[in-house]
Amino acid sequence: MSIVLTPMEEAITLEPTDLWLSNPPVTDFDAATPIWYREIQEKSWERFKELPVPTRTNQHWRFADLKMIRFADLAPAVPASDPASLVARAKANRPADFAAHFVFANNRLIHSEIVDLPGGAICLPLNEALATHGDLLRGHFLQETQTLGGDKFAALHGAATLGGLFVHFPKGCISDKPVLVHHFSGGESQLTFPHTLVIAEDNAAVSVVDVFESIAASEQTLTIGLVDLIADRGGKIQYVSLQNLSENGAKHVQINNTRAGRDASVKVGFINLGAAWVRNESLNRMTDNGSDCQIFSANLANGIQEYDQRTLQSHEAQHTTSDLFFKNALYNKSRTIFSGLIHVKPGAHHTDSFQTCRNLLGSEEAEANSMPGLEIDADQVKCSHGSTSGQISDEEIFYLQARGIPADDARKIISLGFLNESIEKLEGDELKGYLFSAVERKFTHLDESA
Amino acid sequence: MAGSATLEAVNIDQDEGNFSYPEDYAHDAGYGLNEGTVDYISNIKGEAEWIREFRHKALKVFFAKPMPTHWASKDLENIIFNNIRYYLSKGQAPTRSWDEVPDDVKKTFERLGIPEKERKYLAGVEAQFDSEAAYSNVKEELTKEGVIFVNSTEGLREHPEIFRKWFGKVIPTGDNKFSALNSAVFSGGSFIYVPPGLKVKHPLQAYFRINAENFGQFERTLIIVDEGAEVTYMEGCTAPKFETATLHSAVVELVAMKDAKIQYITVQNWSNNVFNLVTKRGLAHENAEIRWIDCNIGSRLTMKYPGVIMKGRKARGEVISIALANNGQHQDTGAKMIHAADETTSNIVAKSISVGTGQSTYRGQVHIPRHLKGCKNNTECDALLINSSSRTDTYPAITVRGNQHSTQHEASVSQVSEDQIFYMKQRGLSEGEAMSLSVNGFVNDLVREFPMEYSVELKRLIDMEMEGSVG
Repeated sequence: MSIVLTPMEEAITLEPTDLWLSNPPVTDFDAATPIWYREIQEKSWERFKELPVPTRTNQHWRFADLKMIRFADLAPAVPASDPASLVARAKANRPADFAAHFVFANNRLIHSEIVDLPGGAICLPLNEALATHGDLLRGHFLQETQTLGGDKFAALHGAATLGGLFVHFPKGCISDKPVLVHHFSGGESQLTFPHTLVIAEDNAAVSVVDVFESIAASEQTLTIGLVDLIADRGGKIQYVSLQNLSENGAKHVQINNTRAGRDASVKVGFINLGAAWVRNESLNRMTDNGSDCQIFSANLANGIQEYDQRTLQSHEAQHTTSDLFFKNALYNKSRTIFSGLIHVKPGAHHTDSFQTCRNLLGSEEAEANSMPGLEIDADQVKCSHGSTSGQISDEEIFYLQARGIPADDARKIISLGFLNESIEKLEGDELKGYLFSAVERKFTHLDESA
Repeated sequence: MAGSATLEAVNIDQDEGNFSYPEDYAHDAGYGLNEGTVDYISNIKGEAEWIREFRHKALKVFFAKPMPTHWASKDLENIIFNNIRYYLSKGQAPTRSWDEVPDDVKKTFERLGIPEKERKYLAGVEAQFDSEAAYSNVKEELTKEGVIFVNSTEGLREHPEIFRKWFGKVIPTGDNKFSALNSAVFSGGSFIYVPPGLKVKHPLQAYFRINAENFGQFERTLIIVDEGAEVTYMEGCTAPKFETATLHSAVVELVAMKDAKIQYITVQNWSNNVFNLVTKRGLAHENAEIRWIDCNIGSRLTMKYPGVIMKGRKARGEVISIALANNGQHQDTGAKMIHAADETTSNIVAKSISVGTGQSTYRGQVHIPRHLKGCKNNTECDALLINSSSRTDTYPAITVRGNQHSTQHEASVSQVSEDQIFYMKQRGLSEGEAMSLSVNGFVNDLVREFPMEYSVELKRLIDMEMEGSVG
């Protein structure tokens, strides 16, 4: 008889590293870049070459489908052929109220529009910012080296990025309207490296929204994005990533690094609707007393989509708080992986830290993996995590049916409400409505793409 | 919160087991591990050829497997396999009456309180002193009813028709490096068979004792409970303190046939130089129930994740775990629930307490595949931190496929609240008493799951551990 069931431990061997890019994917922007930036690029490239390809025995890649990270013949993306239509698309699809709007296509800025930025605030594409505000960037650009398994991706990003936005709000500079950024990518088997660096100085408040979309419906692109959020004393940042890439082959890696200083607060939201494979890493460091991080996510996975999310709430000082709230609705053969760790470092007393992951399984073949984790090295700590997986109960459907709503609609309403709980925790009614309708749109074509 | 008093309090319980006797072993396999060691053990036991082959195969697997240090504690690297003695025995056959047990061995066990317990009501006792069982007794009644309770050597020799079928099947040799090691050099342990329909009224009990320095104990336990039968098995373990590390690596396999029930209770109190790396797994057939009740107080590093494979419809698995990690200790415990049939349910409740520089870890796996219907899992892990240098980690992994199941997991970490302590002090309790009361309250609902005498002992143990932990 055979009763040994260890399906998660089957050996997956990867393609040899030489199948990875053999030359640095340098972009064509580097004419005016400062020397320190070149050095970062070169170091990152060396690091990329040295780092091993992730394997199943690496806990950061447990449950992950490692077949997804074979990128044998990917080349840096070339300029998009019809930027005007993309700008029109981005304009048609944006919330009414925003502080500024930038549109990038394949790493290149194709549109910028500043509507209502407070005085002193800087919003510049990265390559321009390097030339004009190099000193402001230098202390913060790619300074975070710790990752949640994606260090090889982060290194590749460091070697190649020049597309993306630099947002700097000086002391006391406040805007409640979001800075909106569209990132388009397209062309077969191409790499883009969107970069977002947001700095809120003392008591400044800023909101940034990244929207990721594919140029055409069947793009096979790989996005390797890196987002650095830095909030100084009393600073406030809200960052939202709305990922709506092609479901038919786009891959999306996004590595978020958040650093909240004294009494600073940062809210991060991940909305994943598109792409065939997504890897979100979110490192949240509370580095000084009284800082607070909140991380929310709403993911609607359908077809054979795989969403792999890894988070770390790192409490490094006293009286810090954090809350993580992730929701996954799964349909068809989709998979989700949630791996979250709360780490309370020695001396980080009086920490309150919470973590919740809820999975709603909408089909017999969907698969949800949860690995919530706690590492507590301090005293006077309140921490908890919870993870549930389940389905919509027949009673709930019956209740709505009794009120004249067909069963299929009832399921959609409940699922939508389930995901909206994460979106509701963000700030800005206009923005929340925008995100909600994006989720709603995906529900309408859920059945067709099955 | 902590004072130096904590440091004094932490070793109290372990002193009870801190005694040893001169080593005068008739059989000693010497230090280190190679094919000769395996042959030596096999020869002494006069084993059948298939067992010898099984051991040799396992040894190869052991050498081939890497240490699991990519996720486990780096402390594992401190085990030097060549400095360990793999077989020690006085050469005595298991004796049937207490009077035949050699005096010094008897003295050891008397200090552990076994005969007394046996006199009271325990049905059968098997005590293992280093490699071999020194004393075993199954009440006549039970033997008459067909219960087999023997050590591993006797089990495989006298009853191969019963035990060979399941031996090494629930936990295959290659499951992990330490199960392979055990498969290569196992000796001692309990092999139990309970015939269909028999409900064994009193718990069967075993004690394990390491007496010699640098000795590795590798007992092997296999419990088969036939259709509709029930049994409760208890094990306890101690060792004196040595300067150098000692290894205990057991393999415990449980097989519950249709409608059977097995309850396996462990109170582990090794001294804190023992690496306790144990593989425990049960296989539950239709409507069967397997419960692991696990209490880890001793050892330097414990890595133990009792598992249940629910193979038959409506099978149930449960792990109830209490871990207490004191200075220098790491209790890395958890549970593994593999659902392999419809309507199977599992429950995990784990509570840990970290005192001083102690570290406790919960690691769990729950797996529900997609072709099944109506599976349920509930996981709760709560951790209590007593001092600011204490540490606790929780790493569960839950995989659910399909929309016919439900799982829930919850974990929390907390301190004994100052308000509670203040309240009790106001009513005349000392700070230490208040702390003990509070900690006992934290584990109380689990302690009640233990049989009477164990729960009393546990409460007392916690009282002692907590004395002076507030300062």
